[in-house]
Amino acid sequence: MIKKNSWVQITKTILKPEERAVNLPEPTKKVPMMMWVKGFLLEAGELNSLVKIRTLTGRIESGLLVCENPSYMHTYGEFVPELLEIDRICKTTLFGGDFYE
Amino acid sequence: MNNSYEAVMARKNQIMKSSVGINYDKYEGDYLNFDFEEMMSDCGFSLREVRQIQNQFGVGNTPLKECKNITDLARKVSKPGYGARIFIKDEALNDSGSFKARRASMACYQAKKLGFKGVIAATSGNYGAAVASQAAKHGLKCIIVQECFDSNGIGQPEIIEKARACEAYGAEVVQLSVGPELFYKFLLLLEETKYFNASLYTPYGVMGIESLGAELVEDCLKQNGKVPDMVVCTNAGGGNLTGTARGILKTTKEKIQIVGASVNLKGLHMANDIDFNKKSFTTGHTGFGIPFMINPDRSDVPRSAGRPLRYIDRYVTVNQGEVFFMTETLAVLEGIERGPAGNTSLAAAFSLAKELKQDQIIIVQETEYTSAGKHHQAQLAFARKNGINIYFGNPEDEIPGKSIVFPKTVDLIQAKDLDLDVIRKKYIRGQLLKTNKLTKKDIEFLIIETNTNTDYILSEIKKHNVELEE
Repeated sequence: MIKKNSWVQITKTILKPEERAVNLPEPTKKVPMMMWVKGFLLEAGELNSLVKIRTLTGRIESGLLVCENPSYMHTYGEFVPELLEIDRICKTTLFGGDFYE
Repeated sequence: MNNSYEAVMARKNQIMKSSVGINYDKYEGDYLNFDFEEMMSDCGFSLREVRQIQNQFGVGNTPLKECKNITDLARKVSKPGYGARIFIKDEALNDSGSFKARRASMACYQAKKLGFKGVIAATSGNYGAAVASQAAKHGLKCIIVQECFDSNGIGQPEIIEKARACEAYGAEVVQLSVGPELFYKFLLLLEETKYFNASLYTPYGVMGIESLGAELVEDCLKQNGKVPDMVVCTNAGGGNLTGTARGILKTTKEKIQIVGASVNLKGLHMANDIDFNKKSFTTGHTGFGIPFMINPDRSDVPRSAGRPLRYIDRYVTVNQGEVFFMTETLAVLEGIERGPAGNTSLAAAFSLAKELKQDQIIIVQETEYTSAGKHHQAQLAFARKNGINIYFGNPEDEIPGKSIVFPKTVDLIQAKDLDLDVIRKKYIRGQLLKTNKLTKKDIEFLIIETNTNTDYILSEIKKHNVELEE
């Protein structure tokens, strides 16, 4: 159970596939349009249950409770060694082939 | 109230009118023309006033920096005597980290002046953080609506970072899955909150960039005693190029070539749920650049203030691999680490420098901040995870959505020209689909819109079944 007033993220279907705009590419046409939004939980609720939140601008939105204290987990990703080869190409072109010696 | 997709879209004009405080009908003429200049000047800010306002709110006066090592690198692969000096306007140093702060500053200033309680912008780009930052300064509430995830909830790293930045400046972020119906939710939010529509495409969103055009001319004069020969603008919705060119024209009478540059994403559909995470650039690409040039009024306001065909002299594309290559080069040769999307015009400038003589000057008019997600390392890692083949070779062989090709030698960095004549003709054809009658004013309008002449327009009109009114 997640407590009332907790900072949470919810998700909701905005448009079902049949309600979507016409002329969409096939892969988009067959999936719903979804929304994710964050706010303070108005009443205590379970994960994946339908809840209401108050957003930062004071709006009320409802949807399925995704998580409490949604975090920023994006990173620089797994190292891409090709970047070192780019460094070698531009440095040896500019400073000469013996730059790394 | 009926909030079905169709019902909300039918209320579009009414919602728009009350959310931007501009009566667009006022500028409309028969049958195609509208008075762009009157629309711009009615908004009531001179370039001088724009600069004063921006000065107060952490925007503008960014340094113009010469990239000496990148210039020398270009000279290594140029004919003798060629290889223009390359400068960057380091726009990442604006509050919120990009030139978009210039656009947001005027929208938020106007929203506050008109007494709106908050602002809303529909954007997955740097503009979100820019609006959030400027809204914070004015004590305005702020909602940013983003297209962020595919239907599996997988987010584009760059857009996830931009959401974080918006939230860091105190904004509410509404994140959506792929699709043009973002506009539907945007309209619903405008209706619900009665906030100001801080669209990128209102006159405020474009006049804010005029200061950038003015500054780069003045900076260049101060540093080099002459104006630049060429300015390269990354082009998506067209506002950046339009505002920059207008600022240049207001500052100098000397001819400066205005070049638009976009990342080539040919073959990827912008509204496709699967293609969405196959691209490594979420803006500054041909998926926006070309359609917005052919039809500038496809934006979120009735008449866009971004009208690039009026000002553009040349339009080039570069590939994703070339932009990533130049982003890395900017870091390791110049010691300036910046976000990849903002370096689209740098990659183009590197190629264009080879065509100009060594005493000529090219200005790349933007950079953007970089961070987790919004970094070439992050974008490349994400691409590899999505099955994109990353290798060294000839960037010409790159297939957007399938491969990213880094140039295996520096001379292979080669911007490709798009035929502006084809784009102009498509623009005219699109306009003529709206009417079968034209007035003299419409002809004049089409000439200005396409930066052509009477003969050009008349010969195009002949190909269509259109009646000319006296």
